[in-house]
Amino acid sequence: MTPVDYLELALTFSTELVLLVTLGLVLFLDLRGWLGSTLAVRSQRGATLTAVGLVLAGGVLLTFPPVADAPAGSFVLTQTTLWVKLALLGLSLASVLLLAGSEITEHVGEFCALFLLATEGLLLMVGAENLLMLFVALELSSLSLYALTALNRRHPDASEAALKYFLIGSTAAAGTLFGLSLLYGLTGTLQFSLLTARIGSHIGDPLLWAGLALTLAGFAFKVAAVPFHTWAPDVYQVAPGPAAALVAAGSKLAGFLVLLRLLHAGLAPIPGTASGLPFQSGWMPAVALLAVASMAVGNLAALAQTRVRRLLAWSAIAQAGYALVGILGPTTDATLAVQYFAFTYGLAVVGLFGVLEALAAAGESDEISSLAGLWRRSPLLAVCFTTFVLSLAGIPPLAGFLGKFFLFVAALKRGQPLDHLWLVAVALGFSVVSLYYYLKLLKPVLVADPAPEVRPLPVPRLLALTLVVLAAAVLVLGIFPTLLLGSGTL
Amino acid sequence: MLAWTLYLSFGAAVASFASARCCPAVARWIALLGSVGGLVLGIVGALTLPAGGGLNTLVQVPWIPWLHAEYHLAADGISVVLVWLTGLAATAGVLFSWNLKHRAGEFFGWYLVLVGAVYGVFLSWDLLLLFVFYEIAIVPKYFLIAIWGSTRREYGAMKLALYSFAGSAAVLVGLVAAYALGGATSFNLSTLAAQPVAESVQHGLFALVFVGFAVLAGLWPFHTWAPTGHVAAPTAASMMLAGVIMKLGAYGCLRVAMTLFPAGLAPWAGVFGALAGIGILWGAVVALRQTDFKFVIGYSSVSHMGFVLLGLASATTLGLTGAVLQMFSHGVIAGLLFAVVGRMVYDRCHTRNLDELSGFALARVLPWIAVTFVIAALASMGLPGFSGFVAELKVLTGAWNRFPGWVAVAGLGLIAGVAYTLRAIQRVFFSGEPETAGTAPGHALEPVSLPEKLGTVLLVAATLVVGLYPRLLLDWILPALQTPLFAELRRRAGG
Repeated sequence: MTPVDYLELALTFSTELVLLVTLGLVLFLDLRGWLGSTLAVRSQRGATLTAVGLVLAGGVLLTFPPVADAPAGSFVLTQTTLWVKLALLGLSLASVLLLAGSEITEHVGEFCALFLLATEGLLLMVGAENLLMLFVALELSSLSLYALTALNRRHPDASEAALKYFLIGSTAAAGTLFGLSLLYGLTGTLQFSLLTARIGSHIGDPLLWAGLALTLAGFAFKVAAVPFHTWAPDVYQVAPGPAAALVAAGSKLAGFLVLLRLLHAGLAPIPGTASGLPFQSGWMPAVALLAVASMAVGNLAALAQTRVRRLLAWSAIAQAGYALVGILGPTTDATLAVQYFAFTYGLAVVGLFGVLEALAAAGESDEISSLAGLWRRSPLLAVCFTTFVLSLAGIPPLAGFLGKFFLFVAALKRGQPLDHLWLVAVALGFSVVSLYYYLKLLKPVLVADPAPEVRPLPVPRLLALTLVVLAAAVLVLGIFPTLLLGSGTL
Repeated sequence: MLAWTLYLSFGAAVASFASARCCPAVARWIALLGSVGGLVLGIVGALTLPAGGGLNTLVQVPWIPWLHAEYHLAADGISVVLVWLTGLAATAGVLFSWNLKHRAGEFFGWYLVLVGAVYGVFLSWDLLLLFVFYEIAIVPKYFLIAIWGSTRREYGAMKLALYSFAGSAAVLVGLVAAYALGGATSFNLSTLAAQPVAESVQHGLFALVFVGFAVLAGLWPFHTWAPTGHVAAPTAASMMLAGVIMKLGAYGCLRVAMTLFPAGLAPWAGVFGALAGIGILWGAVVALRQTDFKFVIGYSSVSHMGFVLLGLASATTLGLTGAVLQMFSHGVIAGLLFAVVGRMVYDRCHTRNLDELSGFALARVLPWIAVTFVIAALASMGLPGFSGFVAELKVLTGAWNRFPGWVAVAGLGLIAGVAYTLRAIQRVFFSGEPETAGTAPGHALEPVSLPEKLGTVLLVAATLVVGLYPRLLLDWILPALQTPLFAELRRRAGG
């Protein structure tokens, strides 16, 4: 064993360390210094400090990018993981700003600390090159998110949803752990790169397929793909806005990218086929199955929803299906597509939770009907809400359109040109279905007149700024996608 | 300069939305400036095109390098004709919405987004870009109808949005398939058309893309969104819908489906010719049975769009020329008809029921309206001297050798067209009792305003000029059909 070089270790994890220091600071300050202040002030300060920590972490990441680790290491930093980490910090930043001035929880310090811990877990997860590290990071983020879900004093059901989230999550995690151990047992390695090299010789071994299926379960849970989606509607409905935003945006981005890396790097030799006959088993048919199931269940269930947040949850399940279609593409295309899709999707979803927080703070229920007349009560919220929803619906020139388009084109690029056209057709068919419920969300916002007694809706300045920046980003990135992904060609 | 039509429209849309908070009263001026500007830019821009009716590239810069998608605007004669139509219809639409007060800033904002998107479709040469503009047009339609519409507006709006979106989903499947089969190296229309895919694949993809676009063109039996949508829409929106949006579909059929998959038409020509013929007769017969004035016009649009589709399905140069001419002609005439029904009649009488309208004796009280409608009706019936005559004649002669049976059916449709038009004229304008003129429901009718008169003159002049001197447009359309883009189609039609 080589002796550990602590300085190098600290440099490698400088980003994560910044977050940990912020975590300690915000916990300490909230418990010691801010006790006398009102809840609104405490959450304002907590959110600001957390935001500063996230920005600093991003700065550190850009200034001292750790040297790419040797293939034998536990963590790697490639151009892609650097990009994903920055994107994650950005989404977390936007999410935590929703906390500012909110009175959603009395445990401000704990909330911020758990929030940072969850972000930390996601960052580590993205960089993990070792199956065990991957699992530990996955659990770190998941456990923090379970706890965050419960920290909502507006909703008595929050703890129930958190428990549901936890139970399903830990079952899925157990599956993943078992799956990983099977893969380890077969190949004798935990490294992605070695796994790739050795797995090819085990095709036909039933243990390999069992390992693959069980491993997939954990990630399907993370990205809320059917049939591991049942936690999503409850969590979306009752989790505090910033936490729900992190679950829906950051956690998904990390989940998709890690899943992509696991499949494309670790399990590259066993893709199988997702294009009908001749059938060949591998991860592609499994992912295609998850994708179709998610698109079908998510879109159809969303049609019946009457609550905004539950509707968003079902639509998120459907969107996970689209992303899984993109994951089938060749590595570079799929990575590019999933990066763009997951990040811009995250921007829109964080923005939506921001609008919903503003409504909830004004005492509105989350029934769709309570959005009635938003255009008159707060034009700003109405414009932002419309932008985000239309982006989710995939209407150009908003980013959601190109996001989906990239995914579909990526899927078509693997194999023969029309191999995956059936999946794209299914996805587009369900997009038509989705337009119905997205328009159903927009109808009260823009069409209906407000009830006579309702007042204008005040929006805190910081929240307004966050929403405007997010909406502008969704528009600008939709028109100029090269801003996000560079202008190189493949 | 043509490209500025769309920048101006989107810019004006932003300005109009911005005016919603402070000064909604200026929104209509912004909209007028935007739409007249679009018309002027369209005309001047077209006249300064170096290649005239041939292919002119306006802008070509990389957009999404890793997909090889470009921001590529180009215009040929077909684009020019339709850009002019858009300018005319948009301007007239603003003039006929001059009295709109409810949320005016937002109304004209959405309206201008729609106009800009339409310009974008007509000028895009990159298929992804074309599709983007095609999709942008969907959402404004929904809100224009759902917020400012009338009869069953939310149903009509949703139906229209879902039909459009379903059609465009089918189109997108076909487009990405063509892109992938072409090696995923270009979305350029000319490039993709120059390397057609295997014929057997073309058959399937052609049907998918053609039907996807034709949904918006009112292809029977996918036309049912059109009457409900037109009727529910506010005047300016129904003018745009019937006048221009339906042409988007037909344009897509011609520009994309028929050029990308030229071999695909052959096995389907009979089917689409039949559907077009049925649509012509069906629309006319159903219009004959309507009691709502606006539904009469709504179904007549389905009938007239059938001529466009018949011309396209014939794939002869004569038929295609007629189809494009009919797009322009019907755009202007339908705009005029909807303006009469929606703005001139309904806004004053607050009913569209044919029998109730007869009580107003409009021909005596407000002869301007009656005269306008009679002119529009004559144009719509296809009387010589108006643009519809030239266009429909060309379509019928062009299609005669291909589908004589369906041309005969279309002829029956023309007769039914005369019947429902005369029926509407007679019921609405010339069956009231003279002594109850204008006083029957107990209120004086507002006189015809200047913007209405201007709009009327604009549209009537357009249909008359083209009817009397069709070469004005034919000189643009014919060179466009001679470009390499249509080479394969010409070859097949000739052989």
